[in-house]
Amino acid sequence: MAEQPSHAASHDHDHKPHGWRRWVYATNHKDIGTMYLILACTMFFIGGGMAMLIRLELFKPGLQFFDPQFFNSMTTMHALIMIFGAVMPAWTGLANWMVPMQVGAPDMALPRLNNFSFWILPFAFTLLLSSLFVPGGAPAGGWTMYPPLVLQTGASFPMLVFSVHLMGASSILGAINIVVTIMNMRAPGMTLLRMPLFVWTWLITAYLLIAVMPVLAGAVTMLLTDHFFGTTFFTAAGGGDPVMFQHIFWFFGHPEVYILILPAFGIISEVIPTFSRKPLFGYEAMVYAVASIAFLSFIVWAHHMFTVGMPLAAQLFFMLSTMLIAVPTGVKVFNWTATMWKGSLSFEPPMLFALAFLFLFSIGGFSGLMLAIVPADYQYQDTYFVVAHFHYVLVPGSIFGIMAGVYYWLPKWTGRMYDLKLATWHFWLSAIFVNVLFFPQHFLGLAGMPRRIPDYAVQFTDWNMVSSIGAFGFGLAQFLFPYIIWKCVRGGQPIGNKAWEGAHGLEWELPSPPPYHSWTTPPSDAVIARGAAH
Amino acid sequence: MMIRAKLAPLALAAVATCGASAAQAESGWSQLNMPRGVTEISRKIYDLHMEIFWVCVAIAVVVFGAMIWSIIAYRKSRGAIPDATLVHNTKVEAIWTVVPVIILIAMAVPAARTLVEIEDTTRTELTIKVTGFQWGWQYDYLDDGVAYYSRLDRHSDAARELLSGIDPNSVDHYLLNVDHPLVVPVGTKVRVLITAADVIHSWWVPAFGVKKDAIPGFVNEAWFKVDTDKPGLYRGQCAELCGRDHGFMPIVVDVRSKADFATWLKDKAAAQKQAAAPLAPPAVTPAAAPAEAARAPAATAP
Repeated sequence: MAEQPSHAASHDHDHKPHGWRRWVYATNHKDIGTMYLILACTMFFIGGGMAMLIRLELFKPGLQFFDPQFFNSMTTMHALIMIFGAVMPAWTGLANWMVPMQVGAPDMALPRLNNFSFWILPFAFTLLLSSLFVPGGAPAGGWTMYPPLVLQTGASFPMLVFSVHLMGASSILGAINIVVTIMNMRAPGMTLLRMPLFVWTWLITAYLLIAVMPVLAGAVTMLLTDHFFGTTFFTAAGGGDPVMFQHIFWFFGHPEVYILILPAFGIISEVIPTFSRKPLFGYEAMVYAVASIAFLSFIVWAHHMFTVGMPLAAQLFFMLSTMLIAVPTGVKVFNWTATMWKGSLSFEPPMLFALAFLFLFSIGGFSGLMLAIVPADYQYQDTYFVVAHFHYVLVPGSIFGIMAGVYYWLPKWTGRMYDLKLATWHFWLSAIFVNVLFFPQHFLGLAGMPRRIPDYAVQFTDWNMVSSIGAFGFGLAQFLFPYIIWKCVRGGQPIGNKAWEGAHGLEWELPSPPPYHSWTTPPSDAVIARGAAH
Repeated sequence: MMIRAKLAPLALAAVATCGASAAQAESGWSQLNMPRGVTEISRKIYDLHMEIFWVCVAIAVVVFGAMIWSIIAYRKSRGAIPDATLVHNTKVEAIWTVVPVIILIAMAVPAARTLVEIEDTTRTELTIKVTGFQWGWQYDYLDDGVAYYSRLDRHSDAARELLSGIDPNSVDHYLLNVDHPLVVPVGTKVRVLITAADVIHSWWVPAFGVKKDAIPGFVNEAWFKVDTDKPGLYRGQCAELCGRDHGFMPIVVDVRSKADFATWLKDKAAAQKQAAAPLAPPAVTPAAAPAEAARAPAATAP
């Protein structure tokens, strides 16, 4: 704010560059947030298209459409695109839009860095997606990139490594920006324990990103030198250790899981109080629960690899630490439930997505608890039970969290209410089909179907058909999402500062749509106190 | 069954699928849970699985019950007035932090006990080395000079080609059948030493409760002891993505009576000795030599 002269408020609309410059040279948090969200939505449909191809091939036994190698490329690319292209940029986009508004700041702390961290991403994904067209096809060794298999990747191998480097760099820069914004740009009076939960969860997420993305970068760099420069970090024949890669990867990978879900916790913690017309139950416990989950996420990584042959003591340790995560996660679910208890509930689209999140994320949590039991995990590991588990936490978890957030704040961004009826349709179709899609996968996994196979034994036919039908329904229903947003951008019923009766927080104190530089003068203490209604 | 019969005229293709699979295995619709298996360990694992499942169901009933109650009882449309003072309650919060901890400890103890048993590879009676390769398994009876390869059987292999025109339902145990199964005796503590020749694989037989990664440069241990009254064929698959044909490297274990196994092993050893003649060492490199090499390694010996 120091660089802003006092007359900036009267000027800030004039400083907006127009045409393509507005986007390419963007330094405004809202413009950059919009670009992040458009990128995320595009990647969601590309990654979703890949999922449709996967479910198409798995509709019945026998290979009908694709070579197994291409099928493996699809599972690998689907994961990379959805994790790094859809969910993570969606969170960063929402943070860009909302964090400055929620902490009472005019913009992000580092606007040019913000521009850079976004514009890396289109290059990263162009590089990754163009690997579909090089000799040998796209990476097919799984998004986990386990050596030695990943070292058999063809011409797309360096493209995979460099695109992961770019995504990592973008994430780290974005995370630094968010940490600096939250730490330095809060309005006077916006103390840490007055911050909205979305800001809190993103602050913790940003620290996770800064901690683990360099680890991933290191791991893929070691793969690169193993492949091209004769090192043998992960090659047993040269004295290396393929299991070491898994330890390094999952030291990144498990916090990554929470990077994908913690901001959703934040959004749910905003949406449920709003539509229950009651402050969040146990605000401080919620903050501490998120912090404990983040801490525990660093000491549970080996539960992804119980079958690699670890010593008994290590297996016991990782079983116990993993089970411990159920405690803070349970606290969060109980607090959300207690928030609704004796509230006054209404069921607008954000609330519907948040409620589906509560039920379905809990189901994913239950299967996660089952997976922590090491002897049982020997049977679940690498089966469709695991696929069902992580899709339950990522689709009705992270994705529904994003949708709840978009439907919650879209009226604020556009200044207009969207088509609530159509959004309700979007919700019901999504909520029904997501269960048709993923619930049968629990049965398939328990009955013995391994994951990442293009074809299966005939006794798995029935539930695979059901799952595929669910997938096609879910996929089609998602076209409503961009349509509803587009329609809202084009026109709709104008709203006042507050889109929702029960909403609290600084973003609702601003006009809708908010001014180009959100808070050019910091909100007064009274306004902050009104917003922090917990 | 009745519902399916009524639907039959509407969905001929689906019924044909069900009918065919019922002929060779249980119908797919009824396969909802983990098999109990044929070893003491696999049953213990099944019991743990069911225990934690019912614990989850019980918690779900309570938590989902409270959520559903809130959704029904505290609707604004029914005139619910929010109680804005209900934002904190130390006693309740302490309870729902401590109770889960107790439940978790109660779950962790039997799980740890079973895990200790699983990890006990002492006093084994037969040791077999299992080597995963792209894409099949090599079985090596270390003390008896018997070694051979096991791969997807040719009927499945023909049917699994892209647009092969062969109906998978017409193939006996499609994708779950091999040319040469692993043969083991009942009632014997069999130790498998699991490794790999190229990339990581995972040797999984659900009925034994055994899944262990096959990693190049590592030798992992696992064991199983099949009930004396449960000889038969048990099937599994590779469980770690290992490249293009990961989905096509099944595992079949032929569990025989001790006497039958002894006869089989003796015959197999004699046959392999004869085939190996005076020249060849019994060891073969899976990556370089195809399945025939195990039966006639002399042909490739120097």
